[in-house]
Amino acid sequence: MTTTTGAEAQAAAEKAGTEFGTPRPRKEDARLVTGQTTWTDNLTLPGMLHIAFVRSPFAHARITSVDVSAARGMPGVIAAFSGADFADEQGSLPCAWPVTPDIVIPAHPPMATEEVRYVGEAVACVVARDRYAAADAVSAVDVEYEPLPPVLDIRTALDDSSPKVHEAGNKSFEWVFQNGDLDAAFREAPVVIERNYRQQRLIPSAMEPRAVVCSCVGGEFTLWSATQIPHVLRVMLALVTGVPEQNIRVIAPDVGGGFGSKLQVTAEEVLAMLIARKLGRPVKWTESRSEGNMTVHHGRDQWQRIRVAAERDGRVRGLSVDLLADMGAYLMLVTPGVPLLGAFMFPAIYKMDAYSFRCTGVFTTKMPTDAYRGAGRPEATFGIERTMDELANELGMDPLEVRQRNWITHGEFPYTTIAGLTYDSGNYEAATARAKELFGYDQLRQEQAARRASGDPVQLGIGVSTFTEMCGLAPSRVLGSLAYGAGGWENASVRMLPTGKVEVVTGSSAHGQGHETAWSQIVADRLGVPFEDIRVLHGDTQVSPKGMDTYGSRSLTVGGVAVLSACDKVIEKAKVIAAGMIEASANDLEWSPGRFAVRGDPEKGVTIGEIALATFAAHNLPDGVEPSLDSDATYDPDNFSFPHGTHLCATEIDTETGMVTIRSYVAVDDVGTVVNPLIVDGQVHGGIAQGIAQALYEEAVYDEDGNLLTTTMADYLLPSAADLPHFTTDRTVTAATTNPMGVKGVGEAGTIASTPAVVNAIIDALRQFGVRDVPMPCTPERVWRAIQAGRDSGTQAQNGAVR
Amino acid sequence: MTRITVNVDGVAYEDDVDPRLLLVHYLRETVGKTGTPIGCDTSNCGACTVLMDGTSVKSCAVLAVQADGSSVTTIEGLANGEWHPLQQAFHAEHALQCGYCTPGMILAAVDLLRDNPHPTDQEIRDGLEGNLCRCTGYQNIVSAVRRAAEAGVTAQ
Repeated sequence: MTTTTGAEAQAAAEKAGTEFGTPRPRKEDARLVTGQTTWTDNLTLPGMLHIAFVRSPFAHARITSVDVSAARGMPGVIAAFSGADFADEQGSLPCAWPVTPDIVIPAHPPMATEEVRYVGEAVACVVARDRYAAADAVSAVDVEYEPLPPVLDIRTALDDSSPKVHEAGNKSFEWVFQNGDLDAAFREAPVVIERNYRQQRLIPSAMEPRAVVCSCVGGEFTLWSATQIPHVLRVMLALVTGVPEQNIRVIAPDVGGGFGSKLQVTAEEVLAMLIARKLGRPVKWTESRSEGNMTVHHGRDQWQRIRVAAERDGRVRGLSVDLLADMGAYLMLVTPGVPLLGAFMFPAIYKMDAYSFRCTGVFTTKMPTDAYRGAGRPEATFGIERTMDELANELGMDPLEVRQRNWITHGEFPYTTIAGLTYDSGNYEAATARAKELFGYDQLRQEQAARRASGDPVQLGIGVSTFTEMCGLAPSRVLGSLAYGAGGWENASVRMLPTGKVEVVTGSSAHGQGHETAWSQIVADRLGVPFEDIRVLHGDTQVSPKGMDTYGSRSLTVGGVAVLSACDKVIEKAKVIAAGMIEASANDLEWSPGRFAVRGDPEKGVTIGEIALATFAAHNLPDGVEPSLDSDATYDPDNFSFPHGTHLCATEIDTETGMVTIRSYVAVDDVGTVVNPLIVDGQVHGGIAQGIAQALYEEAVYDEDGNLLTTTMADYLLPSAADLPHFTTDRTVTAATTNPMGVKGVGEAGTIASTPAVVNAIIDALRQFGVRDVPMPCTPERVWRAIQAGRDSGTQAQNGAVR
Repeated sequence: MTRITVNVDGVAYEDDVDPRLLLVHYLRETVGKTGTPIGCDTSNCGACTVLMDGTSVKSCAVLAVQADGSSVTTIEGLANGEWHPLQQAFHAEHALQCGYCTPGMILAAVDLLRDNPHPTDQEIRDGLEGNLCRCTGYQNIVSAVRRAAEAGVTAQ
């Protein structure tokens, strides 16, 4: 296991003339930069009708009546339905991750029939000739409600006095993990600190709103959806509706981002099927952004209580984590599993003697939470990286020094952590050294000291995040042991066409990641065919019948490896046919990418294209050999993927206004071997941006009645180009040892790493004023209040006010 | 219904439209130009940006009747035989991932470079403030606009 810098690795790859490591601009761009894209909302089928939903204005209420008759008489309205119309066929939206045997999973009808439990829950719908007529008719539906008390704060939702979201109460589950003698660690360690952190609620905000088109012809359904998971969706729709799986085709056409929000089985998808069947006509539903902010699942939303026990030299002895996680009103596809992914990540890159984790999942009358970029791991990384800074401060150590005191050293891999994961590889020393160099760490510390000494109204803060994460979901056996409802494999097939061109079918389902390009690079290298001769097909269960889709930074580490395996099977088949073609023994043949030749006689050989044509003709194949090179492979990983890195952030804080400006941001990531550095850098940039957005800008806010206040992009502050800094990125390359390409996941790494780097930088600047936390997002008002509160109380540590 | 005449990507159209019809719905559903997507309903995201008589507008914030007599350029009409330098630059710099914001981002950048052919990076960031991207963190978008500017792109 060696580590090189990104530039060295890339130069070596290019010199070798391989596709691996080459920054190829993407194939996908041709349709995306010219507007020739197939977004779901672009589809128009003959006779297609438009659905609009009537949604609950109450966070919690009993539905006493729904009258759709007036809507049915509106111009252009074909039908209008209430939940009662679907009661016999709509089933319950699935939760595929029952994390404990006694978990409470409430029924979740796609359209509410008796009670609504969050603002935006669908209670009726109208179906009209065009979207304007449908929108007009929504106001003609008369729904009577009997309001019930909302449940909004998970810290009080478990009190006996709290109103109940569901009859069974507000607790969904409690999940615990413990390893090592925690009592001893806390009893013996001279330093114990406790911190409480808030992970605010976020709205994933993919740029493409959700959209569904569904047709039902002769009992056979075709459903187009802006989804990350066409394959999982197909299985789930069959289970929910009872429609036989073979009669459902799901197509994810061009999908405009997901970030976890389209890893879901939604009410609208199920209802589109039922309505298409009822009316015998194709239907479309496209959400408005305001509708989407209310009804696309939200992310994060936890309260964290973290205790750490340490020696005076900084060595961590024990870590104890207690989480309250807001499930929202129902458990959706993987809702309860999200915080538990954090259970394995709180210990991060650090060695310790004992660890305990407890998470309680709590119901509220808010939109359900579920996966959002990082899913559980950003929360854990924030908690531990903030706490390591607090520990450093407590001990008077540099934040990097306390981390180095505890991290797994390069020579210790593979290393089994206190959380039970075996990290295959990593080099925290190299990534940190490179990041410090690019950042100018020591110089910035000097400048910081000088500004403090001079009482500069603009103070400098330096934030550290030395993160790792577990991704590449995942070994099926491990998922099974965690009660997850599916496996973690991925499928691919490679078809050799008679003209020597190649079709690659993948079960991964890209929605911006660039699989068409990266998979072509993998195949080009392995089969020795030109990049341009390869076409990648995906996102349609009839074209790509088998897959586990794209989430959890799994596509390259699982799906990419499946593509590689399928290529190897093609080569094995080709070898036998090549031997027949050149009248040599297969054992004497040697493969160099693109060609088999006789060992010791390189002139005597055939190319893969010649073999493909000969296989197609099949005139003269060896006895018993089938006339096909086509191969498929299903790869189930042995382990998770553990990318890591060191992110350093310098913030300048105007202490008079509370305004935070990111002055510089350095990210050195180690994602193992890189297939396409252009794509990897793009993933890192976008990931960092979303993590910064959590730190500084974004929060889904509900008022005291449970109304979502941040329903528009004017209220929910997605950062613009003017709000974000330039990122300085570099890589170290420590190849993964658990897959044949040495690759690690990259999709979520930036988001996981960056939030604590930014907040650590803010606290680092403000600690001199007695501030030890500012709740996210760290708005100017909150920063200013934290400074005032800190100053007012002298050296007493204070928190800023949480809304 | 109101009769309007609009030139879209070089073709003249004459249609009777509902006075409340948004330009973006006119483009997508009446004219069939689905290259212009819709990202929000409050004119915050800029995904639906098109050029109206050479100036960038958010087509969800313009009524079709307001475009009467105008010339509209969408992403589908930007290439002239070969890709516009901004399309080329977005591709070369990997300035898009999912691509949903890309049509609006490119057309906003066309207008930006028309106003300011040689912007600094900060001017590019400020100039594109009305167009949101959730994938790229904007870094490569800034690089792409800079690259196109260096190649000497001005107004179409």
